[in-house]
Amino acid sequence: LALASGGGHWVQLMRLRPAFDGFEVAYVSMYDSYSEQVSGSRFHVIRDASRFERSSFLSVFVDAILILARERPTVIVTTGSAPMLIFVLLGRLFGRRTLWIDSVANSERLSSSGRVAKKIAHCCVSQWPDVARREGVICWGSVL
Amino acid sequence: VIFVSVGSMFPFDRLIEGVDVWAAKNPSVSVVAQIGNGTYEPKYASWSRMLAQGEYQEKLSACDLFVAHVGMGSILQALEARKPMILLPRLALLREVTTDHQLHTSDRFRARDGIEIVDDVPALQAAIDLAQTSPHRAPADGISSFAPDAVIQAVATFLNTGRQPGDLA
Repeated sequence: LALASGGGHWVQLMRLRPAFDGFEVAYVSMYDSYSEQVSGSRFHVIRDASRFERSSFLSVFVDAILILARERPTVIVTTGSAPMLIFVLLGRLFGRRTLWIDSVANSERLSSSGRVAKKIAHCCVSQWPDVARREGVICWGSVL
Repeated sequence: VIFVSVGSMFPFDRLIEGVDVWAAKNPSVSVVAQIGNGTYEPKYASWSRMLAQGEYQEKLSACDLFVAHVGMGSILQALEARKPMILLPRLALLREVTTDHQLHTSDRFRARDGIEIVDDVPALQAAIDLAQTSPHRAPADGISSFAPDAVIQAVATFLNTGRQPGDLA
């Protein structure tokens, strides 16, 4: 299960697609039109929940339960943002392998979501070597 | 044609109004903007709130100059399309974004060929002016559609085996 919020998070996830070769992939994001880019894979839309509207996290929680029940993924990978933490947390509780790739936009420190992911995901990486060193995570390079 | 985008999330009226004021003074140049849920509606630029991904790609590949916020989605897609770009960072101080990560991103990309980062609206308008009179402005270094092989391999290794490759960068 590959997840990313709209905009830059999604563009970064798309740039990582060759890493998913050999998997049956289902995608989750915020905009219907993204499904065109991943035709051939299942695509689920969830409601956006930014830090400006905390109440909508409940709807993401419900969506996450339903999508995880339906897809039963072996692996969960995301490039953020905050709402995707809910999938990572639930996935971890269900014993799924979880990977958080902090956005390349976070070039001075991990995102606040990334700091949470560091604690709950099996693996959390930064795309900037100096950020990774400071934050105690690893860096495999960037999507650029 | 100038294509303008504020990304997919928050309004960025300062950018859109600044570009619209420029468009008013330059009626011979076609300006197309994706304004998100901003409150300022352009009077001189043509605009839409949110383009579908396919339409966005079409507008981007048809433009001569890309003007946007300092968002990674905007930057990555414009690099893939090899478009010269002028970018204005959103500021947390003005409630345009929740953190000042766009200023950090600006520092990381300021020196990259084909990317010009401006600090305010007058500088933005001056940069667009200059791009009109020097049309042979170097295009951005393009990038391929996918992340570098080393990153792809590391992600694939973890997804397939659960083993975490060590630091590569």
